[in-house]
Amino acid sequence: MTTIYVPGDSGALSLGADEVCAAIGREAAARGLEVQCVRTGSRGAYWLEPLVEVACAGKRIAYGPVSPADVPGLFDAHWLEGGAHRLQLGEAGRLVWFANQQRLTFERVGLTDPHCVADYVAHGGYQGLRRALSMAPAAVVEQVLRSGLRGRGGAAFPTGIKWKTVLEQAAGQKYVTCNADEGDSGTFSDRMLMEGDPLSLIEGMTIAGTAVGATQGYIYLRAEYPHAWRTLTRAIAAAYAADYLGADVMGSGRRFDLEVRLGAGAYVCGEETSMLESLEGRRGEVRVRPPLPAIKGLFGRPTIVNNVITLATVPLILREGAEFYAGFGMGKSRGTLPLQLAGNIKRGGLVERAFGLTLRELLYDYGGGSASGRPIRAVQIGGPLGAYVPAAQFDTPVDYEALAAGGAMLGHGGIVAFDDTVDMVRMARYAMEFCAIESCGKCTPCRIGSTRGMELLDHIIQGRDPRGNLERLEDLCELMLQGSLCGLGGMTPFPVRSAVQHFREDFIGRAQH
Amino acid sequence: MQTPAVDQSQEVSRILAQFKDRPGPLLEVLHAVQAAIGFIPPHSIGLIAEGLNLSRADVHGVVTFYHHFRSAPPGRHVLQVCRAESCQAVGGEALAEHARTRLGVDFHESTPDGRLSLEPVYCLGNCACSPAVMLDGRPYGRMTPARLDGLLAALNAPADTEA
Repeated sequence: MTTIYVPGDSGALSLGADEVCAAIGREAAARGLEVQCVRTGSRGAYWLEPLVEVACAGKRIAYGPVSPADVPGLFDAHWLEGGAHRLQLGEAGRLVWFANQQRLTFERVGLTDPHCVADYVAHGGYQGLRRALSMAPAAVVEQVLRSGLRGRGGAAFPTGIKWKTVLEQAAGQKYVTCNADEGDSGTFSDRMLMEGDPLSLIEGMTIAGTAVGATQGYIYLRAEYPHAWRTLTRAIAAAYAADYLGADVMGSGRRFDLEVRLGAGAYVCGEETSMLESLEGRRGEVRVRPPLPAIKGLFGRPTIVNNVITLATVPLILREGAEFYAGFGMGKSRGTLPLQLAGNIKRGGLVERAFGLTLRELLYDYGGGSASGRPIRAVQIGGPLGAYVPAAQFDTPVDYEALAAGGAMLGHGGIVAFDDTVDMVRMARYAMEFCAIESCGKCTPCRIGSTRGMELLDHIIQGRDPRGNLERLEDLCELMLQGSLCGLGGMTPFPVRSAVQHFREDFIGRAQH
Repeated sequence: MQTPAVDQSQEVSRILAQFKDRPGPLLEVLHAVQAAIGFIPPHSIGLIAEGLNLSRADVHGVVTFYHHFRSAPPGRHVLQVCRAESCQAVGGEALAEHARTRLGVDFHESTPDGRLSLEPVYCLGNCACSPAVMLDGRPYGRMTPARLDGLLAALNAPADTEA
């Protein structure tokens, strides 16, 4: 019996992984060979997907990208014995793309069966929770604090401080919530993790629960991720069946329950207070802060709100210790960040590295330049509310503070590349349009400002009074930035202003029509 | 075939009984109703409001706030085309335009024969394989106008009988 690993990640599925798996089954049966296909997550090298690995003499030999039509030829080449074939890549882990990565949060993604608790435990899973259960709650929080872990959802707030605040609230019902409303274009690390290693998120939330005295967790998952929903619910059921969730977590006598709640297609619910409103069954309108969710959150109770990657990193921190994690990174950005390369890029995918590498390394060493072969003119970092960064700034290190100093933000670590055919006025207009579509409507600068911004940019596109309209656009951006209740209206000016600042030639001198 | 209104009401009542005692149940109820019926029938708003001790305005407000919830039946197939930045960077807008022209409908509309609804989506999280679309919940990456034509033609095949 030979084991073949075929990704079941939705990115791999979108490139035909299910069809490849079926073809392997058919071909093996026709040849009377015994194989079992294990569906894993994706290793994140999407230009090689579907990336199939064959277990052979204690190694995993990779072949990719495999199409169903390649399968008979792979059997002909004796791939079950590691036979040579034009698609053979050798051991996946030794490819330059992977060998230079520092996979901590993603240590198991693409390697293990996401639904299998035994596989998870065999690869270092649940050691963190075991350790946390043997410690005082304050000591667990102290570990997270000392690791330097900051919120990976985008705001980069120190996770340990958030947890400490919840811990310090009077005993009573508290909640751990996971913000899995990954709506930023160019980001997919939450999805990959939930589809590839959901038990690490489940373990992280359980650790959070035991650390702050919360007995109930909710994962707020966006409706656009039906595949992640299936993986998560299966993994949660498996964790319950093995007593890693429920009334007696790992025999500790402590309770932690966890369920997934589906969002319904509202970008603004990625904002933490909107998410809480939505979890309570209401319109996802932002709440005015204070009070902070850590003091008065879900159903008015003290609540941790953390991103998927943040929570999924906690088990490793508890297992290896705070110092181990803090040993990676630069400045105040400690640890690693799973970066996502997207858009017009030759080798798109997930690169987990310690903070400090440059955008250029990411775009050219990992990404291989643009997919179109044309020069990369701009990248948008951190989603639709992130700034556009011009090629002149590609030597900036990936670090929260270094990017902020250049007027950009790292956000959730998604990087979308554009070649030199991009029209930056249209991208600025799209930023305003997206804000108008997704505005919750609660505050005027966001609700009305975004539509006025679109109109101004339409005038500029038509070449009408560009200088006057740019002045009005700047005034509007300042108002949205200062006057909006949350990041949606308050940060839409970032892509708009950065487009104007770095690509002014696109805005002025257009033919009038 | 659309479910008769009386069956729909029974379905909604069953769902309410299942979810009403859970914390913050409205979105869960709406998801379950849409999964069972295909949309949120306007006549069920009052029933849901009563069942959860909310006002009709509360329920209507939630249904209309979220892009995912529909107040009218969708086509038998749903094609979601991503229109966000990563897909725009590699021809997503041309693909969107192609879909509109090919189907003869705009976004948020269904073909006159009720076979397919065209919907925009702002990120499917498949950005390393842009442009991305989803057809009936199945993801497809690196989409081109020609491949999209192939997918749509497959829907016309005889196997695609009345759902």
